[in-house]
Amino acid sequence: MRRIATALAVMVLMTCPAAAFETEEEEVFAARGAEARSVSVLSTTDTDVLRPAIEAFQTAHPDTALRYVVASSQEVFAALDRDGAAFDLVISSAMDLQMKLANDGFAADYTSPQTGRLPQWARWRDQIFAFAQESVVLIASRRGLQGLPVPQTRRDLTELLRDHPEVFRGRIGTYDPRASGAGYLFATQEARQSDSFWRLAEVAGGLSPRLYSSSLDMIRDLKAGRLALAYNVLGSYAGPRLESDADGVVVEFADFTLTLLRTGFIPANAVNPEGGGAFLDFLLSAAGQALIRDRAGLPPIDEAALSARPHLRPIRLDAGLLVYLDQLKREAFLEEWSSAMSQK
Amino acid sequence: MTGAPLSLRRRLVLQLLGIAAALAILLYLTVRTVANSAAEATQDGVLGAATLAIAERLQGSETGVSLDLPYEAFSILGSISDDRIFYRVDANGETLTGYPDLPMPADEAAAVEPAFYSTTYRAAAVRVAATSRTVLVNRKPILVTVAVAQTRQGQEAIAQRTANLAAAIGLAVFAFAALLSMLTAGSVLRPINRLAEAVGRRGPHDLRAVDHPAPIELRPLIASLNGFIARLRGALSRTETFIAEAAHHIRTPLATVRTRAEIALRQSETDAARAALRAVIRAVEESSRSASQLLDHATVVYRSDRLADGPVDLAKLLHGLVRFHGPTAELRDLALELKGAESPVLVQGDRLLLESALRNLIDNAIKYSPPEGVIELGLDLRGDNVSVLVKDRGRGLGGRPADDLTRRFARGDNVGDVVGSGLGLTIVEEVAEIHGGSFRLREREGGGTCAELLLPLR
Amino acid sequence: MRFLLVEDNPELSRSVAERLRLDGHAVDPAACLSDARDCLGAATYDLILLDISLPDGDGRDFLKSERRAGRDTPIIVMTARAAVSDRVDVLDLGADDYVTKPFDFAELEARCRAVLRRRGSALQTVRSFAGLTFNPLTATLCVGEDVRELRNRELRLMEILLSAPDRIFSKAQLCDRLFSYAEAVTDNAIEVYVGRLRKKLEGSGARIETVRGIGYRLVQE
Repeated sequence: MRRIATALAVMVLMTCPAAAFETEEEEVFAARGAEARSVSVLSTTDTDVLRPAIEAFQTAHPDTALRYVVASSQEVFAALDRDGAAFDLVISSAMDLQMKLANDGFAADYTSPQTGRLPQWARWRDQIFAFAQESVVLIASRRGLQGLPVPQTRRDLTELLRDHPEVFRGRIGTYDPRASGAGYLFATQEARQSDSFWRLAEVAGGLSPRLYSSSLDMIRDLKAGRLALAYNVLGSYAGPRLESDADGVVVEFADFTLTLLRTGFIPANAVNPEGGGAFLDFLLSAAGQALIRDRAGLPPIDEAALSARPHLRPIRLDAGLLVYLDQLKREAFLEEWSSAMSQK
Repeated sequence: MTGAPLSLRRRLVLQLLGIAAALAILLYLTVRTVANSAAEATQDGVLGAATLAIAERLQGSETGVSLDLPYEAFSILGSISDDRIFYRVDANGETLTGYPDLPMPADEAAAVEPAFYSTTYRAAAVRVAATSRTVLVNRKPILVTVAVAQTRQGQEAIAQRTANLAAAIGLAVFAFAALLSMLTAGSVLRPINRLAEAVGRRGPHDLRAVDHPAPIELRPLIASLNGFIARLRGALSRTETFIAEAAHHIRTPLATVRTRAEIALRQSETDAARAALRAVIRAVEESSRSASQLLDHATVVYRSDRLADGPVDLAKLLHGLVRFHGPTAELRDLALELKGAESPVLVQGDRLLLESALRNLIDNAIKYSPPEGVIELGLDLRGDNVSVLVKDRGRGLGGRPADDLTRRFARGDNVGDVVGSGLGLTIVEEVAEIHGGSFRLREREGGGTCAELLLPLR
Repeated sequence: MRFLLVEDNPELSRSVAERLRLDGHAVDPAACLSDARDCLGAATYDLILLDISLPDGDGRDFLKSERRAGRDTPIIVMTARAAVSDRVDVLDLGADDYVTKPFDFAELEARCRAVLRRRGSALQTVRSFAGLTFNPLTATLCVGEDVRELRNRELRLMEILLSAPDRIFSKAQLCDRLFSYAEAVTDNAIEVYVGRLRKKLEGSGARIETVRGIGYRLVQE
């Protein structure tokens, strides 16, 4: 799946001795022309997803080299919070961790015409800016449902699971919030939004759900027929992968569908904050947003889409995100979740 | 008074502006202070409420203190402004959760009402609300302190907006006050300006007392002004009297000298003696003429302020003058011709001054005309004015601008041997001015001078 | 002509009287108003020359009382008060004319003549000489029936020459009396007037004779 597109691409884990955090990929996109500056980006988004955008950015800025480092959201957080690693732009889909980093003073103020155009819900102060809005969906396999109707709300799903335990036992997939930052964010936000989360968790918990730490794994197992349903999967991953599959169904729940914001900020200790800003501006620009939609498969920031589909609820980018990062709160939540899931 | 000239208006306006500026600044500071403390009170209120909301969620159990951090408390803090939020919960002096390095209150916080303090955390100025609760753990009371801190960016933004608003209000107040002060200065100074105008409008010789309605504050000034005018008039009057007396006392002996000189000349045999005697006679004539004109001029100056303002018949005046000057003209075989004086021509004015002016003009014409010529006197009606013309065939202006010749003691370059003081034309011009007319001298075609005294008809 | 000279300054009075007498006039001086009244009571005058400031009163009061009493002897005021108002006053009070001190005798004489002419004076000033009659008041010369008018300077030249026939007057002497002292003229300027007067004398027995290098004199043929 991963293409090594450029001869200069380097995949290493330990090339950067200062970085104690764990990276997954690192690729240096050499400047098209004579190199005048270099931008380093720390991201949770796979290189291939943003590769077209990076290449287009370098066409516009031929004198800029770009180092793109991919790490998990926890590692991204640790890179800044613990290691003080210097990057010019930090991109992550873990909104709560991004928020915490900014709240704790790791983000620098940045303003540009591009950031000025962002709607208020897609930014926090002049520090965190969202460049993609991704719905969190249910995916189902028609074969796996064995002719049962595709649920459209959480209540539908709860009833379906309760009424047909034989169909779903051991065939439900969802995030393990203890292992996955994204899973924890989705679970806490859902719990906050509606009590139906706990009812669903209790019912699902009795059906021996399979727990994952990655959307891609859930999609893979669904396609492989190991799962009938997968709950809380990133729509941006599921959509393209199930599009051509007649068996796969992607459901945005009508009661509400969480919408995740993929955000970026410029760290306060950036070496080249202008470079980071330039790349961020490119992602926010009309050209960048079009590339994100068409080539990366990420839905761009689109206020019209939200009003057209009122069930979409963007996760609020505000201080409330800090609450579930609280040690005690996290412990209490995970304890409650575990007890709900382990019901027999 | 010395130094830079003072303007009452500028002074008044500057002082009023100063007061306005002081008031505007005071207003600005007041609005800012009030608004800032209001903003701070609001922020403190929200911060305190959030802190209390957290404290209320504290629960004791057998194992320890638990806390279910309320989502809304933070969300609300964030909703007012995107300020950064820090918190810390300590139980028995150990940090339970939050930011362990967040500064806690120096003394133990009150149980019910949160305590507020400002400090610096992570290089940002923060406002902290702290409160304490006692929680039973294993039936033992444990003191739990909750501190919530928020950066002050939102408040600063509010303060900035308030400051801008306060500045705008201050500026508006100042602008309004400035406008008012201009108007006030204008209305306060208007009587003074009117008085100044009234005095300024007066002719150069108008020495009547000022009788202009003025506010009581100006009355002493007007009284002094009138006193000064009266003294000036007195001085002018004394000057005239003095000149008249001086002239009188000098004229009789001069007459004797002249007469004796004429007798001696008649009897003299040698050319040298004759020349000397002629010189004596000329000198006598010159001083007598100068004395006359000085006196005439003093009269003009003195009379101009209390102009005997009556109808004067220029035709009759000219007839009289022609009669009077007839013998003098005749001595040089000069004819005086008067035209346009068949019927009365009335102007408003002072007969003596007009006569003095015309006498000077005719005198000049006779003096400067070659013998056996004609001097044409005429009255010419021109709409609302009448021009009195005195034309001679004398030497003209000698190419000098007429203005030069009407200056005091100025005489033409071409006067040669003719006796004169140079005051004559000055007198004429002043008389013209006093009567609201004008005086013009110009060269005549074919030689000579045309003097024109233009006067408004009655 | 016979003058009454009312003047309190003895120097001036003496000088003016002497000057007038040089021209062949009779002068009675009076130093005050009461003297003047005495003189007027005792004699008849062709003209009164009246000063204003006098020890026993104001000349203007005298003027007023004379006119009020119906006595109309011509009066010329000699005033040292040169103010316009003073000059106007005296004419209004009935003076015939006025001169301001110091005055030119030629002018005074011209004024006297003008006054008398205006008054239509019956004063017999006509003089006859060598078949011509000269009337200075009317400025005419009569040769037989022929009346010849004289201009002012011709008239004065005639007067001078006729005051002493046969006497030689130098050009300078004639100039002094014919031209004003304010005028600068050469002695030869007189020749023009002599020439003109000679023409007017033609036909009479009188003739102006040039005395080479000395001057002129009026002679009878």
